[in-house]
Amino acid sequence: MEKSEYLKLFHEMVVIRRLEERAAELYQQGKIGGFLHLYIGQEAVCTGLISARQPVDRVITAYRDHGVAISCGLSAREVMAELLGKATGCSRGKGGSMHMADVSKNFWGGHAIVGAHLPIAVGLALADAYKSQPAVTICMFGDGATNIGYFHEALNLSKVWNLPVLWVCENNQYGMGTAVERASAVSEIRQKACGYRMPNDSVNGMDIIEVRETALRVLEEIRNGSGPQLLEINTYRFRGHSMGDPERYRKPEEVRKWEENDPIGIYQRYLIEHKIATEQELDEETSRAEAEIQDAVEFAEASPEPGAEELFAHIYSEA
Amino acid sequence: MTTMTMREAISQALWEEMERDPDVFILGEEVGVWGGTYAVTKGFYDHFGADRVRDTPIAEAVIVGAAIGAAMAGLRPVAELMTINFAFSAMDHIVNEAAKMHYMFAGQMILPLVIRTVGGGGRQLAATHSQTPDAVFAHFPGLKVVAPGTPADAKGLLKASIRSNDPIFFIEHATLYQTRGEVPEGDYTIPIGKSIIQRQGKDVTIVTYSKMLEVSQKAADQLAKEGIEAEIIDLRTLRPLDMEPVIASFKKTNRAVIVEEGWLSYGVGAEISARIYEEAFDYVDAPIKRVAQKEVPLPYNRTLEQMALPQVADVINAVKEVL
Ligand SMILES: Cc1ncc(C[n+]2csc(CCOP(=O)(O)OP(=O)(O)O)c2C)c(N)n1
Ligand SMILES: [Mg+2]
Repeated sequence: MEKSEYLKLFHEMVVIRRLEERAAELYQQGKIGGFLHLYIGQEAVCTGLISARQPVDRVITAYRDHGVAISCGLSAREVMAELLGKATGCSRGKGGSMHMADVSKNFWGGHAIVGAHLPIAVGLALADAYKSQPAVTICMFGDGATNIGYFHEALNLSKVWNLPVLWVCENNQYGMGTAVERASAVSEIRQKACGYRMPNDSVNGMDIIEVRETALRVLEEIRNGSGPQLLEINTYRFRGHSMGDPERYRKPEEVRKWEENDPIGIYQRYLIEHKIATEQELDEETSRAEAEIQDAVEFAEASPEPGAEELFAHIYSEA
Repeated sequence: MTTMTMREAISQALWEEMERDPDVFILGEEVGVWGGTYAVTKGFYDHFGADRVRDTPIAEAVIVGAAIGAAMAGLRPVAELMTINFAFSAMDHIVNEAAKMHYMFAGQMILPLVIRTVGGGGRQLAATHSQTPDAVFAHFPGLKVVAPGTPADAKGLLKASIRSNDPIFFIEHATLYQTRGEVPEGDYTIPIGKSIIQRQGKDVTIVTYSKMLEVSQKAADQLAKEGIEAEIIDLRTLRPLDMEPVIASFKKTNRAVIVEEGWLSYGVGAEISARIYEEAFDYVDAPIKRVAQKEVPLPYNRTLEQMALPQVADVINAVKEVL
């Protein structure tokens, strides 16, 4: 990678972190409604993973989607505007936090019914295979989603039809308040791929370099016809499941222990130790990211509400 | 009587039934350690233990399916589906298994099972998380569908549901949990399948249930200031449907407005108005009006969402149209 690319990834992680921090504030001020699931702690996952994709590769994910949207190339402005329910948001204020998408960036949405987008990923990949496109569908989901039938139906069929899907489990150790081992018969999620004869791997999701390098290799293999694979990315969400989570199910010490493995801190040290960037350069990058988020908040706050005509727009594509 | 919230009333009903009958147990997502995402089962896990308050994986089909099996084998499960929007993931078990088995096997199996779930919009949760598809569930013979609008009814109906030998789909409304009301002391049940007059009046009959009871009461308060006396019938149970108080009221007022939160087409209002026309056509003095949700998936934006949901003003306008 060029130095500028390393810095771009750093920038992206900080943008996501600051975006989420500001979103939490705006939620507390009542400017964001509904549910708000923050990505803080998991930034290396979407940043590393999606940096490895080709433009033809599709991305589809669950409701914890703000970071994924940024990594797919949506601007902080349109993500923030969506959170505020504004007409300038990526879903024109109609989708909100859990339902962001930008098809022009090959981002096929945040989907809020747990596991429901996995069968859809099978269809996306089927379309590419059908038309002989050299594209891979990257389907991201939580550890909790691997216990619903949709996961098993989707993995099985993707293998039976040998479809180009990269199944990515973001194992952040909990589905809401339920620890992985309390809900899943195997706590190493990758083992679930074995039942479908699917190649699988697991990586440290706090280390962006590891995530990226593995994703590059696996995407290449799938593009060359390996069939679907499953990648388990081990990570942790530093905040509650959504805003207002009392977090009775985990101890503050556990959270603190994981916070010592802050993915941004790890990457920062990596860049400095490998003399890729200086501390000062990274500080400047951080300031730029902060300015970008400040601009996004101002843009979103100044943006108009969707007009009344939006209520009945897009129910069908044809009259 | 004591005053309590809907949440407390539902929680009490569950608690008392679990104390009363060791075969009653709870299963569902986040019902235990978390204490219920709507805090209904807070404290249950510590008191009743992990065997009777069972946290499940996110797997609605097996939550309902296992509840059905346990009920067939003699237990009295109360399955919690975190929201009604996730009930679709268990639809097969709800409509093809729970609703069918007693009939299909000629009464050999009984299914003393309650599926508690939470419906409704108004919290900016957007299209997938805000639905009120009550009528969909009420479509299936074999299932009983209960949707209380007051704390007292919630408690009595839930206790009756747990003691019932039939599968009950029990719909709570997400924005009613904080609603306060008088609840009788001690043990009591309210029969499933009985509508009730919630407010007496002589000028118009408003038929409603669940959250829309609150909206209709507010509308009736305002109408009263203008000298219009609305009678409000709360259905409480959508199936089996008790039309008796509705027809009796309609024969007195000769005018009806039906208020529901779900979509208009094929909804509760369609059913009620058809029944009124069928059973009391000679008493009709004005076309029956329906107030319901605009026919769009609910948007996230607060203003748009409120535009789509039935409001007090919509009820008032509908009443004035039928007068
Ligand atoms: C079918 C369905 N059931 C329940 C829910 C409620 N719910 C939303 S997120 C969630 C936990 C999901 O955990 P996981 O898949 O690990 O993702 P994470 O939140 O950790 O990113 C649950 C139970 C839902 N959205 N859909
Ligand atoms: Mg998780």
